[in-house]
Amino acid sequence: METITSIKPLLAVLVSLLVTPMLVSSRNPNVREGWTFLAAFIKLAIVASMVPAILQGTEIVYTVAEVFPGVAIKFKVDAFGMLFALVSSTLWIVTTIYSIGYMRGLNEHSQTRYFCFFAIALSATIGVAFSANLLTLYLFYEMLSFATYPLVAHHQDQEARSSGRKYLLYIVGASIGLVLPAMMICYNLTGTLEFSKQGIFTGTEPHATMLVLLLMLVLGFAKAGIMPFHSWLPAAMVAPTPVSALLHAVAVVKVGAFSVLRVLTGVFGIDLLASLNLGTVICYIAAFTVITASLIALSQDGLKRRLAFSTIGQLSYIVLGVALLSPKGVIGGMTHIAMHAFGKITLFFCAGAIFVATGKKNISEMVGIGRRMPVTMVAFFIGSLSVIGLPPTGGFFSKWYLVQGTLQADQWPMLVVLLSSSLLNAAYFFPIVYKAFFCTQEEAMFEDRIEEAPLWCVVPLVITAAGSIALFFYPTLFLKLAELATR
Amino acid sequence: MSQQYPALLVIVPLLSAFAISIAGWVNKRLCFPIIVTALSVVVYASIGLLLTVLEKGVVIYHLGGWPPPVGIAYYVDHLNGLVLVVVASVALLNVIAAKKSIEQEFPDKAGPFYTLYILMVTGLLGIVVTGDAFNLYVLLEIAALTGYGLLAMGEERAPLSTLNYLYMGTIGACFYLLGVGYLYIVTGSLNMVDIARLLPPLYQSRAVLAAFIICMVGVWLKMAFFPLHAWLPNAYTHATSAASSLIAPLVTKVMVYVMIRLILTIFTPEFVFATLALKNVVVWLAVIAIVMGAILALAERNLKRMLTFIIVAEVGYMVGGAWLGNRAGMTGAILHIANDALMTLCVFLVVGNIVYKVKGYAFENLQGLFRKMPFTMGAFVVGAMSIIGVPPTCGFFSKWYLILGALQAGHYGFMAALIFSSLVSVVLFFRIFEICYYEPFSDHHGHDHPPEPMDEAPLTMVVPLLIVAVILILVGLYTVDIVNHIIKFAIPEGLV
Amino acid sequence: MNMAELIPALIAKYNYWIYITLMMIGLYAMIAKNNLVKKIVGMNIFQTAIILYYVSIGVKKGATIPISAGGHGAAHEAVHAADYLNPLPHVLMLTAIVVGVATLGVALALCLRIYNRYNTLEEDEILAQIRKK
Repeated sequence: METITSIKPLLAVLVSLLVTPMLVSSRNPNVREGWTFLAAFIKLAIVASMVPAILQGTEIVYTVAEVFPGVAIKFKVDAFGMLFALVSSTLWIVTTIYSIGYMRGLNEHSQTRYFCFFAIALSATIGVAFSANLLTLYLFYEMLSFATYPLVAHHQDQEARSSGRKYLLYIVGASIGLVLPAMMICYNLTGTLEFSKQGIFTGTEPHATMLVLLLMLVLGFAKAGIMPFHSWLPAAMVAPTPVSALLHAVAVVKVGAFSVLRVLTGVFGIDLLASLNLGTVICYIAAFTVITASLIALSQDGLKRRLAFSTIGQLSYIVLGVALLSPKGVIGGMTHIAMHAFGKITLFFCAGAIFVATGKKNISEMVGIGRRMPVTMVAFFIGSLSVIGLPPTGGFFSKWYLVQGTLQADQWPMLVVLLSSSLLNAAYFFPIVYKAFFCTQEEAMFEDRIEEAPLWCVVPLVITAAGSIALFFYPTLFLKLAELATR
Repeated sequence: MSQQYPALLVIVPLLSAFAISIAGWVNKRLCFPIIVTALSVVVYASIGLLLTVLEKGVVIYHLGGWPPPVGIAYYVDHLNGLVLVVVASVALLNVIAAKKSIEQEFPDKAGPFYTLYILMVTGLLGIVVTGDAFNLYVLLEIAALTGYGLLAMGEERAPLSTLNYLYMGTIGACFYLLGVGYLYIVTGSLNMVDIARLLPPLYQSRAVLAAFIICMVGVWLKMAFFPLHAWLPNAYTHATSAASSLIAPLVTKVMVYVMIRLILTIFTPEFVFATLALKNVVVWLAVIAIVMGAILALAERNLKRMLTFIIVAEVGYMVGGAWLGNRAGMTGAILHIANDALMTLCVFLVVGNIVYKVKGYAFENLQGLFRKMPFTMGAFVVGAMSIIGVPPTCGFFSKWYLILGALQAGHYGFMAALIFSSLVSVVLFFRIFEICYYEPFSDHHGHDHPPEPMDEAPLTMVVPLLIVAVILILVGLYTVDIVNHIIKFAIPEGLV
Repeated sequence: MNMAELIPALIAKYNYWIYITLMMIGLYAMIAKNNLVKKIVGMNIFQTAIILYYVSIGVKKGATIPISAGGHGAAHEAVHAADYLNPLPHVLMLTAIVVGVATLGVALALCLRIYNRYNTLEEDEILAQIRKK
């Protein structure tokens, strides 16, 4: 495994931080949006420029500063981090296009603040993706928590206030209350926090300590939405839809899942977990979340809330995949980060477009909307296919690998969990699409003319829906990265 | 000249006090330049002194040329070299920021205020730089008396609160004096290093034990270690912003320095941690201090008072860290002296700015401040992150060492208290952020909410504040340098 | 140690008992008394106790006060140290007395401010006035 030193990871993180003063001082909204696009494209360019090296198996490192003996603020770009970074930086561009349409379409206030914190949040996300050790990851994780708070609480009304509180309580409470002590205990035991294939432990530590540490770290990264630390996600739906899209697809929950995966693969290591038989515990916790979340999703009428619970379930798919400790499972879990991102962001864009065009938030009010907004609803259909895991969408591949992973690990209960939750996913997605397109003249709530949301909203969701289909035909990039990560 | 730095540290402020006092009579506008010049010289000397210590080791300065134990010696090693720089910088930044506040609140008393200010800085610097136990008492009282004067200049309740502080402070100083008396009886010397040399054969004697405990109680009284803290919230809250932002960051930290000096230099760690069996008890007292400080802070509806209870909790951090008895804990405690001084300065300067503009510091006064005073609140966010303990601000790094020390000593209660205090701080500060961010409430998504005009404090108040906020992050990132080059040598090698 | 040996030992250290008693009286006054000036008096007693203690430890059997015999301009020969009390505590206590006086001054000045504001020096009345606000 060759290692190159390059300042590119730091630059990728800093690009959106450095653009923030430009955003604040822009007089003209178009100039401001122009700066955001510029930063997004530069970020994607820097990230993409590192892909060839990663595909050959090299890792890129950069040390910013050593802060404790044996621990530094350090970046390391490896295959897994690259996968996540690619997803985030690509989707940021799309989300920015969408944000413009949404925020201007609704004439929202404080748009500069919105775009600023969005940029900072992306900076933190790439920071997490490229973290070389647990301390750096923790640093950027916290930065993301605090940077997304003003976004979640954007509307500044009572609802936003209580949701903001819940958001902070769960996420910051779990990270300071669980991750920080666990990280310190790890450092005290081993003297290092670097992510590596063999993990940081020597295998001689008492089993109970390992179990407690594992639980503290997995549950402590509450952004991964593992029950019981999931309630912040439905509450955070009070935010504007592009923020929800950011939360669910681009950054926040993916950061949570990514962090948990790093803990499982980099801090403990697949082999140690297998030898201590700790994977099963995590499997069952994740499986519980998958089933419960899918069941709750069935009962939700608010479209965004249903999508929120769907995300909670899907995140635990990712954790479950890795907790199976089999190579196929790990590939499935990692690939699902990418596939789910594209699928979910499409769904959220559709939900937002519906709100902008018609003002409707509840599924029961969306009967017959397919005639009014056909493009949107077709995209919704494609997005839901991806999340359920059916061809011709990219989600099929990740689900396929997950199923194979359960077989490889001889975990039959998990196979049942996966298949039944896919059925549940279908159960809460297909009725929406069906009711949107196929309904009688009396049931239809909308007039029979086509009136989509503004172009700025529709184009992104078409792009991401097309992306979901494209990932079915060209999944190699993400599959290769995931496969490199497991080697 | 550089050999005279230790003396300059005390003489320059002392003499400028006279100059300022006279200037206050002649022309008030002269006071500010004189005090800034004096403090700049002090900052320069303290940095020069620290660099000399880093290069050549301990600096010993005999006042008047009299060798100890006959004369008074100033003794500068890595520990007080660091604290000197912190004290001097905080004093300088604060006086620049306080100028407008003084002009607004009591312009006619500016002369006396600046005089007392620089005399207090003299006292604090003297406490840190001296190597003589009795000389420390004298300077302790100088700092205390000038402190009482500064604190009493405030609003209505200030004189009474200060009087209560005076009682407690005097008892504390008298206890310290008594302890030094015991030490003098058994060793015949007042020089710190000399006493340390003479004490070891006497470790089993009850007089030495009594001396230690009495000195400790005295110092704990003066640093507001729970439950001896009752004077602090009232005294600091009712004072003027300019006074409280000097005293709050510095006085308690300098007392913590005195405690560490007692532990490390005079009564060496062998006595304190090995011979005495008090370690555990004191750490549990610290745990109670941290928890009570956090809980009492939650009960306050008043920004300034809430911050004073946070000081009580922070003192608990430092006492607990020092008494864990291992290197990591002591490193955390010493690092936290510097970090906490800076964090407290940051948040109290914010309060000063808010009081200047809004004329009040109760929670109701804080509405909409994120729009009205974005720079001040930005610095407040950085200070809050530091108190909570979020990287990369410095507060995280000292907390790291304290927790590490707790883990190494097996004291999980102390670690739990530190985590608990971080979580409570999140609640404390986000309560305030909520008020500044959401209120006054607007209806319907804030669409018809006209943006409030920015009404920031004047530049001389905002710029020092922003400098402190940036320093908080820089000190955090450079922690490893501070620890490896300075603090590592401040702790005797025997401490593991 | 039995009682017969204990009592003479205790009586021999009478200076310690005096200063402890004075300290306790001072502390009691500071805590229990209501009037602010009485508290200050208590504080003063407390400080004086410590001063007395320091001076007392310099005492030697059969020694005289630490001023050179022969007075002004006399003996240039060495002084026989054992004949004189230890002067160092006296010197230190001069400083401490000065500090005590300064503290007293500040405390009384604060009392004056408080009296001008609340028209009383009784602590309970002052607290009642504050609570009424």
